[in-house]
Amino acid sequence: MLAIENLKVEIDGKKILKGISLEVKAGEIHAIMGPNGSGKSTLAAVLAGREFAMVTEGTVTYMGKNLLDMPPEERSKEGIFLGFQYPIEIPGVSMVNFMKTAVNEHRKHKGLEPLSASDFLKMMRDKKELVEIDSKLANRSVNEGFSGGEKKKNEIFQMAMLEPELAILDETDSGLDIDALRIVANGVNRIKRPDTSAIVITHYQRLLDFIVPDVVHVLYDGRIVKTAGKELAHELEKKGYDWIKKEVDKNNLS
Amino acid sequence: MGKDKDKIISEVTSGEYKYGFYSDIEMEQIPKGLSEDVVRIISKKKNEPDWLLEFRLKAFRHWQTMKMPEWANLIIPKINYQDIIFYSAPKQKAKYESIDDIDPELKKTFDKLGIPLEEQKHLAGVAVDAVMDSVSVKTTFRETLAESGIIFCSFSDAVKEYPDLVKRYMGTVVPYTDNFFASLNSAVFSDGSFCYIPKGVRCPMELSTYFRINAASTGQFERTLLVADEESYVSYLEGCTAPMRDENQLHAAIVEIIAENNAEVKYSTVQNWYPGDKNGKGGIFNFVTKRGLCRGENSKISWTQIETGSAITWKYPSCILKGDNSTGEFYSVAVVNNHQQADTGTKMIHIGKNTKSTIVSKGISAGQGQNSYRGLVKVLKNAMGARNYSQCDSLLLGDKCGAHTFPYIEVDNQTAIVEHEATTSKIGEDQIFYCNQRGISTEGAIGLIVNGYAREVINKLPMEFAVEAQKLLQISLEGSVG
Ligand SMILES: Nc1ncnc2c1ncn2[C@@H]1O[C@H](COP(=O)(O)OP(=O)(O)OP(=O)(O)O)[C@@H](O)[C@H]1O
Ligand SMILES: [Mg+2]
Repeated sequence: MLAIENLKVEIDGKKILKGISLEVKAGEIHAIMGPNGSGKSTLAAVLAGREFAMVTEGTVTYMGKNLLDMPPEERSKEGIFLGFQYPIEIPGVSMVNFMKTAVNEHRKHKGLEPLSASDFLKMMRDKKELVEIDSKLANRSVNEGFSGGEKKKNEIFQMAMLEPELAILDETDSGLDIDALRIVANGVNRIKRPDTSAIVITHYQRLLDFIVPDVVHVLYDGRIVKTAGKELAHELEKKGYDWIKKEVDKNNLS
Repeated sequence: MGKDKDKIISEVTSGEYKYGFYSDIEMEQIPKGLSEDVVRIISKKKNEPDWLLEFRLKAFRHWQTMKMPEWANLIIPKINYQDIIFYSAPKQKAKYESIDDIDPELKKTFDKLGIPLEEQKHLAGVAVDAVMDSVSVKTTFRETLAESGIIFCSFSDAVKEYPDLVKRYMGTVVPYTDNFFASLNSAVFSDGSFCYIPKGVRCPMELSTYFRINAASTGQFERTLLVADEESYVSYLEGCTAPMRDENQLHAAIVEIIAENNAEVKYSTVQNWYPGDKNGKGGIFNFVTKRGLCRGENSKISWTQIETGSAITWKYPSCILKGDNSTGEFYSVAVVNNHQQADTGTKMIHIGKNTKSTIVSKGISAGQGQNSYRGLVKVLKNAMGARNYSQCDSLLLGDKCGAHTFPYIEVDNQTAIVEHEATTSKIGEDQIFYCNQRGISTEGAIGLIVNGYAREVINKLPMEFAVEAQKLLQISLEGSVG
């Protein structure tokens, strides 16, 4: 589904990603972990098409197409969803209006008629139930005045509405209490279909108890320095990143 | 923003001003220039009574003693009044008796503007006075309205048919000495609308005036006089457009509203005069005096304006709250894009007891546009319990535009409560990206955000026009982020 090949990215002339290669097959869940500032969000942003990060080398192929050539809204309509680490507030724009516009853009892309108002509202209701989100949130402006946890749940709600092929969730678990964590994880599991994939960026093993990854990567200083099965997450939880950093630094020296 | 986005945006910029066409209609015009003779000619052309000619001449003589005011936050090129045609009218038989007498070209023009002159074609529930250049060409539903005693006709007809009403009210809210452009208008005004709602009548349909500038080198100077007698209600809307031209054209209008005891007037404007081209060439100078007098107790006047057009807009629809418990409202969205300038706002003058006013101003600046809010809240000595709430927001798109706020508050009564809130925000790149990531294009995102921002004001418009206004906002901001 997604193939990243030797991806190098700079921000303001500073090298942030230093040659990332990663393949996500249909149906797989990949977890990406790694210390603060290692480049996880940058990778997510590049995949979603944010322009401040400049790709200097490498390729990204998504469903056989050159992803880096597509404008961000095209990527969204082709099935890439980014759950933001810091969801953006848009005062004055109601969630209903926002989602209706988004859903209908996606439908147009697929050659479908826009949903009628009543069908759309029914869809909203169903998805709210699916991800157990507070009904009232959907009547407010996009993320405006939402608590940290509410914003994260709202990301999952939007994901449920857009039914992506590839979901990239950037620390959707941060700032959630244990009940909210369960709700978010359940939501993700319910939305996932057998052939859709997810990249889950997280600092905590506990999320991966709910969303079980096929592969765990460690990103450090712009490189993927370790890839293994889900047991790697447990090890990191126990031992932290120091041992990996040491390993990497030692290799760099030799 | 990045190159790709710039490209997409510049492609959308091709969204041109939709109403910029010119109609080839046989016109009757007087030569360029302004003098006492010109004032007399205009009055004569309209077969006016002596009292009105006297009014015009007094205004003209007063205007000659005045200087163009310079306090606005605007850069206005010098206007040569000798280079303007002050009277220009589509040639017509005496007065159109039936729709068939109207020049087909004229009918076509208004059809194209979405303002059909045939009643049966019209939006249900909207009566229109259609004004082209210096004259009113047709007022629809006149007869239907007359059945409930409502007078809705061109100003010229009102002078002929209801001289007492016109004489009683004209100039009582905006005297001919009021300001430079009001004096000019009082001297040379050509036509406009007149409306009288009798006691206890709720006007059963929206009334509206559609102003069209067509001829080159002309100025448009119309007057609207709207009187709501006791216990009456009316909702009134004006719209306006003009052809695209490289020269600037002057529009200096007067609107006067009088609300008697328990009367309510809602006055809405969708102003879409030609704004000039992307480099700031051409466009209308829109210098307008609009004022309402809440003369009666419990009366209410509400101004709603969507200002998207004109090269320069300079207007302050105001309320004089004279009657006890009367209410004034001002809801405004003013957009400037490219090189447009606007200095607009309101004045709320609290004279009566327990008078209330609300001001909601939403400025949107894009391109190199400059947008100023200027508002005065004045509470006089005897206005016990007066209340004002003002909210004044500015939204910036890009970093070459400007937003400015000039609130003036003068309170002479200690029981008054005056609140003022102001915010400035920018459409952030991160907001646009967030929308993009959900599948919404950059133009779509700007449309959503701007309409969300302006919603509180748009919701005040009559339903039929709210949708139109939303589209207009989006069009006038096309290509404005980059
Ligand atoms: N817009 C930006 N301008 C300049 N530097 C940036 C920008 N965004 C990210 N960076 C830098 O890029 C590096 C990687 O940041 P990134 O946000 O990708 O890290 P992360 O792995 O997601 O960290 P965290 O776990 O804290 O979320 C950091 O050094 C950061 O300061
Ligand atoms: Mg991050």
